Amino acid sequence: MPHCKIPELVCPAGSLPALKAAVDNGADTVYFGYRNDTNARNFAGLNFDRKAMVEGVAYAHARGRHVLLAINTFPQPGREADWHAAIDGAADLGADAVILADVGLLDYARSRHPGLRLHLSVQGSATSYEAVNFACREFGVRRAVLPRVLTLAQVERVIRNTLAEIEVFCFGSLCVMNEGRCWLSSYATGESPNTLGACSPARFVKWEKKPGRMDTRLNGILIDRYDDREPAGYPTLCKGRFEVNGATYYALEEPVSLNALELLPEIARIGVAAVKIEGRQRSPAYVAQATRTWRAALDALGEGPEGFTVRPAWRAELGKLAEGAQVTLGAYDRPWR
Amino acid sequence: MADGFCKAFTIPGFALPSLVARVGARLPQWPHAVALAAGFNAVVRMGLLPGENLALLENRSFLIDVLDTGCRAAFTFRDGRFRPLFSVPDAPDLAFRANLSAFLQIAARQEDPDTLFFKRALSVEGDTELGLVVKNMLDAVEWPRFPGMAAPPLIRR
Ligand code: SF4
Repeated sequence: MPHCKIPELVCPAGSLPALKAAVDNGADTVYFGYRNDTNARNFAGLNFDRKAMVEGVAYAHARGRHVLLAINTFPQPGREADWHAAIDGAADLGADAVILADVGLLDYARSRHPGLRLHLSVQGSATSYEAVNFACREFGVRRAVLPRVLTLAQVERVIRNTLAEIEVFCFGSLCVMNEGRCWLSSYATGESPNTLGACSPARFVKWEKKPGRMDTRLNGILIDRYDDREPAGYPTLCKGRFEVNGATYYALEEPVSLNALELLPEIARIGVAAVKIEGRQRSPAYVAQATRTWRAALDALGEGPEGFTVRPAWRAELGKLAEGAQVTLGAYDRPWR
Repeated sequence: MADGFCKAFTIPGFALPSLVARVGARLPQWPHAVALAAGFNAVVRMGLLPGENLALLENRSFLIDVLDTGCRAAFTFRDGRFRPLFSVPDAPDLAFRANLSAFLQIAARQEDPDTLFFKRALSVEGDTELGLVVKNMLDAVEWPRFPGMAAPPLIRR
């Protein structure tokens, strides 16, 4: 049996208790971001101020874990200094790497902080080894997070043709439209992940309870209607139900979440360096449950891939956490591409 | 050992019989509001809620509606303190509705509010952003660790 390396488990934290929950439940690495629009999860009350960051980094490092700081939005014209300050802050803080998407920021980090390890964010949308190698060559990027649109065969092809470490998403809500570059949120609200740092910002969202059903509106646009027994999802336009040619259905995307648990042996075999759990907007309870389950699965894989089976308890735990309570292998095993 | 201790405290999902709600709804509601406001004020006094977020709650009205007990608690936040509202506003700025078990699971950090929301076990009405502020503020609270207790107990089951 060829030896396979167990991928690093990268877990989300939107608060200090979530970071501690990730570390306590077996994360190798935790990623988090600032409380501002340098962060693609810029939701009210979420994320870290300086004090929480310092404490979080100390907590993780004291236990031998790594921390990654996500500065994964694109600088707004005239405000580049804010993004530069975020990178300087990460270097100061002793983050083990920064996750960047914008080439201008990669260039800034490379020249200003040559010792700072750089990861290419999923928002950077590098889908080919040429794109990943470009980022390595030009900016010294050490790891790239691949968008959730590739099949595993395509992921393998990237890995075989690059020296960069490759990280893939293994669990969580899906945002598939060109990895956050989609215009749907901007169309409805004028704000999107790459401008303000949030898709479908909460102040535009209304949940309206009516007898027997709940309506979801985004800036007044009806995007879904759930009857009382139906599971709900996040109020993103891409996962709404719309009337198209007389039929009402999920015209853009099904509201499913990614769960690549079954593919874990294959993910390890092709040499994926790290698997990432989505969900910095979720609570410490989610982080604890998702991290614990993936840790157990990775540890089981460590005993030998040939004996690896997905335990029903893992499936149940992750299924419960998933948006819309549905799981999918995502694009990883999609027949079309 | 910690394991056994925590397992014993896992809160199951349950719904009380509808009779409870019918009786509960006839009882005076303000004692719940007084108790809740007092609890939140204790948390404020301990400095566990950041001031910048608390400012966002100023003068907003909140309703916690426990569906299966029929208990409703309304309160507001003014001048640094939570204050009970003795009459429940028709359209509070923010209303959380769920059965008792769901509220207990959230309070114990045993379940993620988003999970309960997806399952339709928790409903949030009113100002969604305010709801997010409240959720994220509570998530960020670092509960003090009491001597003899390993950690936030329900996180490490
Ligand atoms: S609308 Fe959907 S695909 Fe577009 S940014 Fe939002 S979550 Fe992503």
